Amino acid sequence: MDLSSKEQYDVIIIGGGITGTGTARDCAMRGLKVLLLERFDFTAGATGRNHGLLHSGARYAVTDGESAAECIKENMILRKIASNCVEQNDGLFITLPEDDLDYQAKFVTACQSAGISAEIIDPEEAKILEPSVNQDLIGAVRVPDGSVDPFRLTMANVIDAKRYGAKILTYRKVTNFIFQQGRVVGVESVDVQTKEMHKDYANVTINAGGIWGHGIAELAGVKVNMFPAKGALLIFGHRVNNMVLNRCRKPADADILVPGDTICVIGTTSSRIPYSEIDYTSVTPEEVDLLLSEGEKLAPSLATTRILRAYSGVRPLIAADNDPTGRNISRGIVLMDHEVRDGVPGFITISGGKLMTYRLMAEWATDLACKKLNVDAACRTATTCLPGSTEQGEEEQKPKKLFFFGKTAHKAAESRHGSLTDKIPTSDRYDDSLVCECEEVSVGEVKYAITDLHVNNLVNLRRRTRVGMGTCQGELCACRAAGLLGKAHDCAAKSKEDLVHFLNERWKGMYPVGWGDTLCESQFTSWIYEGVFGLEQGNNENNSGK
Amino acid sequence: MKKQRFNISKNNFEQCIKCTVCTVYCPVSAVNPNYPGPKQAGPDGERLRLKKRYFFDESLKYCMNCKRCEVACPSNVRIGDIIQSARINYGPKNPKVRDIILANTDIVGTMSSAFAPIVNATVALKPVKAVMDGVLKIDHHRTFPKYSSQKFETWFKKYAMAEQVNFSKHVSYFHGCYVNYNFPQLGKDLVKIMNAIGYGVHLLDHEKCCGVALISNGLINQAKRQAENNMSAVRKSVIDNNMPVIATSSTCTFTMRDEYPHLLEIDNSDVRSSIELATRFIYRLIDSGEAKLAFRPDFKARIAYHTPCHMEKLGWGIYSTALLQMIPGIDFTILDSNCCGIAGTYGFKKENYATSQAVGAPLFRQIESLHPDFVATDCETCKWQIEMSTSAKVLNPISIIADALDVEATRKLN
Repeated sequence: MDLSSKEQYDVIIIGGGITGTGTARDCAMRGLKVLLLERFDFTAGATGRNHGLLHSGARYAVTDGESAAECIKENMILRKIASNCVEQNDGLFITLPEDDLDYQAKFVTACQSAGISAEIIDPEEAKILEPSVNQDLIGAVRVPDGSVDPFRLTMANVIDAKRYGAKILTYRKVTNFIFQQGRVVGVESVDVQTKEMHKDYANVTINAGGIWGHGIAELAGVKVNMFPAKGALLIFGHRVNNMVLNRCRKPADADILVPGDTICVIGTTSSRIPYSEIDYTSVTPEEVDLLLSEGEKLAPSLATTRILRAYSGVRPLIAADNDPTGRNISRGIVLMDHEVRDGVPGFITISGGKLMTYRLMAEWATDLACKKLNVDAACRTATTCLPGSTEQGEEEQKPKKLFFFGKTAHKAAESRHGSLTDKIPTSDRYDDSLVCECEEVSVGEVKYAITDLHVNNLVNLRRRTRVGMGTCQGELCACRAAGLLGKAHDCAAKSKEDLVHFLNERWKGMYPVGWGDTLCESQFTSWIYEGVFGLEQGNNENNSGK
Repeated sequence: MKKQRFNISKNNFEQCIKCTVCTVYCPVSAVNPNYPGPKQAGPDGERLRLKKRYFFDESLKYCMNCKRCEVACPSNVRIGDIIQSARINYGPKNPKVRDIILANTDIVGTMSSAFAPIVNATVALKPVKAVMDGVLKIDHHRTFPKYSSQKFETWFKKYAMAEQVNFSKHVSYFHGCYVNYNFPQLGKDLVKIMNAIGYGVHLLDHEKCCGVALISNGLINQAKRQAENNMSAVRKSVIDNNMPVIATSSTCTFTMRDEYPHLLEIDNSDVRSSIELATRFIYRLIDSGEAKLAFRPDFKARIAYHTPCHMEKLGWGIYSTALLQMIPGIDFTILDSNCCGIAGTYGFKKENYATSQAVGAPLFRQIESLHPDFVATDCETCKWQIEMSTSAKVLNPISIIADALDVEATRKLN
């Protein structure tokens, strides 16, 4: 056991989700010396497993006015600071014949008192604005919903935190807290890949582990009672809608359809699961049925649209009462000063909240850390643009230099990396050739991700670039990307193992919706990889004789 | 599990499983690296365009709309239609003057026929070609098809129409622009054959150009108007007068059957099966015993048949080749399935000339190596391209049949 590194920081942040990375950015911008440790990869938890909805807060206006007000404020901030990560496409709350139209008035009033603009429009106008909407609708309210790409948003926070000097490490799992006189003074962690042990010291340690925060707190002897509520979602193969569609009723299952990048997502369900299952969730046939039957009420064409995959996430809610579904738990932010709450100085937990309010959560956590460190610095995250985003927003995007192999790949890269696109190598035809054809990812973009964006494996690469997220789910791109990774890491064997893992991970999401064209495509994928390339599932021992 | 109740999406591109065989078969992809290929331009690109129009890539103009991608596709994705629809929906809205001239075969044809000798002589002049090349960007290598001084319709009304009522069975003939303005002989040949097997031939009520060139040049509203006109003429013939419609051009036939519903959103389902290519119509009559052909014993020819891309798409090459092979005295070869590269007005455009000739090169080589007396093909633009690019003379199968036919003997048999 090697406990070689013994660095001293102001703050150690545990967790590479949007809250952790947002907190790292805020802390670093206020001049703190920051270390962020992530067990696996950025956005591996709830951050990467949600709708990608830029909430206006309207959904919570009636039931949770406080969260709604937070949402709309943060919504407006993200439009400014993260223009490259959000799409300002607005949303509709529709009333169907089976819904109570009286709810609409109550909804609009609640929105207005939370500061959310909510405009009742004629159902005929709604049909023109969003042709995919259920044509039977009897009411529609337009709200400033939108789409947000959580992968991009998280990476933008990572890039900016690093610009301000933060040290950010993935695949570093915290195994223990280091105490001195009852005070948390640092953490022990293991490098998941090399198994090397490390000790790092800081005056304040922030637990931003999301649903895993429960277990992290336990390591410090603190009880944080998380409420694991699983939500399942379905991804459709292309955009059916361009505006966010919601049902104008009390929040229920499968009543939000969000367009995001090239796809759209229907969700979610909500069911309580035991804490022991949070790493092993899957989507059940009943959930798929529910999502489809409710989804087609929002947009009937979903009934005939190809489904790419199903996935589920676990909401990191903090249990408050005995609500069996978790639906009624406040989505409000929970900041715990464990010195006050549990008598453990030097330890903070930031949890609850939502993707939308991550910046505010980070601000609260950073405020508390600064107070403990006696640092007097104002938060600037609400007014400083994230890397890749510019004040003008994405509508202004016009490729300046063109990839040799076609403008589409450049346009696609620009939609992902915004003003950072010029970091992508494009010096020759090889750099410009495509790795991922569905999402138009070039070799150059993959190279950039490997060198600059913490890419160790194909799953990391997918989150940074959308490789393997398109219709073919890795059929054509996975082997090309694996080749590039193998070259970059100078290890073909590891890359091959990674390829098997990646393809199995893709199949996991396709399995619950494995029919029709999705099944055809996955069968074709297995012909290519098993039949033509001779790749074996699980282990490669049979191939190692050569 | 309930599953999705209707698994067939309106968005046909979803059926693409990314096998990429379309790109392998794309004649343009093979020679022009600026074209992203049918898979990228079609199903892949469509997802991006649905996200934002901004993702429309103008290199889609390199698509020849040959539909070979659709023939190759194992999943029945209408790739060519997706690309053409994208050009219609997202592409530039104002066609160039040149494209309007090339697309309006009817108007240009009517004017040119009236002054045929002058027009034919003028467009063949080197300085005129240079001006067309420089100003209009119509490639100077191209030879314009000669205009006939007498339109087919004029000839028909003057010399043939009266006797058509004497037959017991009847068809309508969609002659198309080429027969009407450039090469009435093909229409005369068809009338000769049909009359010999006991069919009276009639013109449609105000036939207009099928619109294929309008579609490929982005003049969609005009194409729709002409299509509506043609469909009402076809309905009058098929439904009111019980006369099927036959044509001698594979492209006109294909356009009216498939491009009308797929690209112009004009429903033709009630009459689609009654729009046929003449060779198929005749072959099926022979096959069912309803007609017989007798050929001159002295007819001898070495013939190589080129299958036009739209014939491949229709799947009807077999009818033309089987019909030709009924002629006893011919030495017959079916050429390898290759696009000739012209694709209607595509090859006339200066920017496409190199691609056009590179696409056709394998076909031209094979033709030269065979030394046929004639190349037979059902498409007039393939004919221009092959005649310009090889030493071969090109005829429509109908003209060859008509030449080889023993009219008197055939008349007696039927």
